[in-house]
Amino acid sequence: MTAVNLLTRLLAAALTLFGVAVVTFALLRVVPGDPIAMMIGPGATKADIAQLRANYGLDRSIPVQFAIWLRHAAVGDFGTSISMRQDVTHLIATRLPATIELTALALVLALILGIGGAVASVLPRRRWPGTALETGNGLLLAIPDFVWGLAFVLLFGVAFPVLPISGRVDPSLPIHFATGFVLVESVLRLRFDILGDVLAHMIMPAMALALPLASVILRSLRGALETEARQDYALLARIRGRSRLQVVTGEVLRNAMVPTLALTGVQFTFMFGGTVIVERIFGYPGIGNLAIDAIINRDLPLIQGLILTFGALFIVINLCVEACFVLLNPRLRHG
Amino acid sequence: MADRSATLDHASPPPRRAGRARRLLAEPRVLLAGGFLLLLLIAALAAPWLAPHDPTAQDLMLNEIPPGWSPDAEPGYWLGTDSLGRDVLSRLIWGARVALFVAVVSAVCAGVIGTVLGLVAGFFGGWADTIVSRLVDIWMAFPPVLLSILLVAVIGSGLTSVILAIVVIDWTRFARVVRAEAMQQRRMEYVDAAVTLGMARGRILWREVLPNVLPVVLVLMSLEMGIAVIVEAVLSFVGLSVASGLPTWGGMIADGRQIIYEAWWVMVFPLIALVLTVLSFNQFGDGLRRVLDPMARR
Repeated sequence: MTAVNLLTRLLAAALTLFGVAVVTFALLRVVPGDPIAMMIGPGATKADIAQLRANYGLDRSIPVQFAIWLRHAAVGDFGTSISMRQDVTHLIATRLPATIELTALALVLALILGIGGAVASVLPRRRWPGTALETGNGLLLAIPDFVWGLAFVLLFGVAFPVLPISGRVDPSLPIHFATGFVLVESVLRLRFDILGDVLAHMIMPAMALALPLASVILRSLRGALETEARQDYALLARIRGRSRLQVVTGEVLRNAMVPTLALTGVQFTFMFGGTVIVERIFGYPGIGNLAIDAIINRDLPLIQGLILTFGALFIVINLCVEACFVLLNPRLRHG
Repeated sequence: MADRSATLDHASPPPRRAGRARRLLAEPRVLLAGGFLLLLLIAALAAPWLAPHDPTAQDLMLNEIPPGWSPDAEPGYWLGTDSLGRDVLSRLIWGARVALFVAVVSAVCAGVIGTVLGLVAGFFGGWADTIVSRLVDIWMAFPPVLLSILLVAVIGSGLTSVILAIVVIDWTRFARVVRAEAMQQRRMEYVDAAVTLGMARGRILWREVLPNVLPVVLVLMSLEMGIAVIVEAVLSFVGLSVASGLPTWGGMIADGRQIIYEAWWVMVFPLIALVLTVLSFNQFGDGLRRVLDPMARR
């Protein structure tokens, strides 16, 4: 990827984000509900309502509103949440690390399970273990993160109560961290008591997000591994005395991974979407959970800020995936 | 290919249709899935007669009664009651109504819109194809969750907006596949033959090409119904679907999540119903594809 190429990509990303902002803003202005009506008390007079309207700038024309909003958004100011009476940027900034850590953990789990499962399924000489795994995986593919999350709550929260079923960290733990990245910071500060507690809270939502992705990875990678394992170079490596495991994990996996990684990138953005519902199930304080509250309360500034945040995240993920792709596939490096 | 070109001749019915149906039913997975879906459909249609109790009738004297096999059970409440004393079985049966209604209506609407646009784009090509393809690209670039959040925020909660959200998001699934299929069909000899015979292009599309892409559309629709059932459950779980009066599986699951330590059955039964329904739609669609698609048959 050359410098010019990179610049074009970044420019395109900025344009996309601007497009998302325009569409979001336009759509949300035609909303039938009145946000002001939800904040006022029963005794409010017409003058109070007008005052409130002016305070939030809702009495101006829509293009003017957009220009004002954009000027503030450009410097990271998304206004004040109507339902929570707090700074939107602050609200999102305090919740975002929780979501990023959750999805990162889920991605790692999905890769481990998916790649491990695929490799394990092609290793046995007999056909039936692989076929059995594939059939089981076919059924698992249909089960969404929502169902996994609830099943985990029932299994490990109620039937065998070994894990906490809501929150991100035990509120009784005294945590004075500099950032919201509790998982990372507890490792850096060697606070393994906190690390253990955070992991106990995160493992179920992370698994719920990871399993559908793991199924997709497994199916895609298994096919690619079978094709690659029949290639001459794999046979040659076997003839030279390497074990099946060595050949598969050494040469074959590397070649088979490229298409799977492309797919993983696309699916990863879907997983980010899944956080909305999984965070809700586990009462996990991330931006997904915040998004649902924002919609229920018709909190326009917050919805706008969140959609733009999600949009920015998707764009960043896509750029990262493309970069990974170029690093892994030498043929693309001189494109 | 033989049976495809045979549709040109309207006098003789397409051969092997009976064979296909038999093959479809010969697969145990399809038979199981189809049987379950049929039962569900009957339950949904006959809900007023099948449900032992009024699904919304509250009885605070009979709240959180465990299911029938438990020693504390109350006769007549086979799957127990929820925190307000409403019968879980009756709510489950009524919930099937909402689930199937959303599934069928949204899958059919998304299917029709996607198929029409896909057919036009694939068959006519040119600027029609450019417009549809660009539209699909832009649509797919917008992550579905973002789109559905935005939609529900704009049009508000309720059954109509759930269906609308599913249709608006998922028509692209149909459009992409049908477009590719129509492009393939356009190059077939029977289309040339029809053109030579002087049939109008629109008529060829409607009478000749559409019947040939219909199998693919049916498979996609079955899969789409599974997706729609989940989306409805998710939206009613967070309280953005139907008003609280109507029982839904997602709403029951949300109620059950609140009292999970006291009454696990309130959440477990709708969850089982949801999983079985989704798996059935999936397996049925999968079986349908294997029977209809010669490439996947082996």
